[in-house]
Amino acid sequence: MISFEVEDLQGEVKTVEVPEGISLSLMEVLKASEYPIAATCGGMALCATCHVEVVKGFDDLPAFTDPELDMIDTLPNATSESRLACQIHVSEKLNGALFKLKETVEE
Amino acid sequence: MIKTDICIIGAGPVGLFAVFEAGLLKMRCHLVDSLPAIGGQLSEIYPKKPIYDIPGFPSILAHELVDNLKKQIDPFNPTFTLGERVEGLRKLDDGSFELTTSDKTIIHCKVVAIAAGLGCFEPRRPELPNIINYEGKGVSYMIKDPETFRDKKIVIAGGGDSALDWSIFLSDLAKEVTLVHRNESFRGAPDSAEKVVELAKEGKINLLLSANLTAIKGDGKLEAITITGKDKKATELEADYLIPLFGLSPKLGPIAEWGLNLDKNAIEVNTFDYATNIPGVFAIGDINTYPGKLKLILCGFHEAALMAQSAFAFVYPNQKLSFKYTTVNGVNAF
Repeated sequence: MISFEVEDLQGEVKTVEVPEGISLSLMEVLKASEYPIAATCGGMALCATCHVEVVKGFDDLPAFTDPELDMIDTLPNATSESRLACQIHVSEKLNGALFKLKETVEE
Repeated sequence: MIKTDICIIGAGPVGLFAVFEAGLLKMRCHLVDSLPAIGGQLSEIYPKKPIYDIPGFPSILAHELVDNLKKQIDPFNPTFTLGERVEGLRKLDDGSFELTTSDKTIIHCKVVAIAAGLGCFEPRRPELPNIINYEGKGVSYMIKDPETFRDKKIVIAGGGDSALDWSIFLSDLAKEVTLVHRNESFRGAPDSAEKVVELAKEGKINLLLSANLTAIKGDGKLEAITITGKDKKATELEADYLIPLFGLSPKLGPIAEWGLNLDKNAIEVNTFDYATNIPGVFAIGDINTYPGKLKLILCGFHEAALMAQSAFAFVYPNQKLSFKYTTVNGVNAF
């Protein structure tokens, strides 16, 4: 099992566990775990609705892609630990990480 | 006023193909898109990316698909209003519709087909709780008339190409230009970045790197902006205008106000003909939702075909529709 933590917009932290070898992005796992992520663009790094801040484990994550860096650079609320969940492939590298959701979904 | 049978909101692949399906049934279409070019996401976001799931095309570049769709619908002479966002939808007494755009273009039609994909692209707001109070009163997300800024004190925020380009342009016109960027360096075009650094050295641009907007204030209109650097030191700057340029984000926009049934920013439709809860208004492609919905271009094409069959009853209420194959009848243009 791969195990990491997610902090929602209300500040509640929960552990999320996914089986190893799963071919999903962090965005897809968050959506499947019922987190309120719009993922409007479907994972092309162009809407930033899956923007997360990596509170723990930032350095262990897979490298940034260029489209991801370009998009993060335009976000008004980005920090130096910002990532787009759709660009992070879920693997053992996520073990022990803590992701904080950054974007509210407009209903 | 523009008069048409079907007004299609959104000129992405699904909106374009709807012209073909409508055309086969002798219905004329007018397309409106907030972007200045046709193709939607395919042109704006990933024109050079291959798409692998268009039937009959093992691989096709997004812009090629748009070019082909344009060629396919040309015989039906669709008309376009580009670079304008549909703001208002009003049902008239006779059951037809009047649409109004952001530039006050009026379109009269018998059927509305919403093919708006992700929605329309709107500017991202900085995280300042009171910024809404100053929008139009010193805070502006786009530059329509640069003359507005002559001899004024301007703060531009952002690090992309548009922030760089406008800082360079306004440095000649404004009294004072301050560019605030969150990072140490720019990811925008290297030439523009160099030029900004050069202008900063000459004292024509006040360049604040590794800095963020943290507060704005003013009595009735913008007067000052607080900028906080990496060292947590806050500086207050007098400013007449703040221009945040943090890119665009897709939003449902005015569509949300039209009385349509929505589910998580998508329009609810039935799967018989992709009709919404308003008779005569259909929603096709990524903008709609129904049980089992897949956001695929090919699903949008299917939805367009079925939508056109039902739209016929609104356009030609006294005629009976007989289904014809293009292989038998060809494509009869008009």
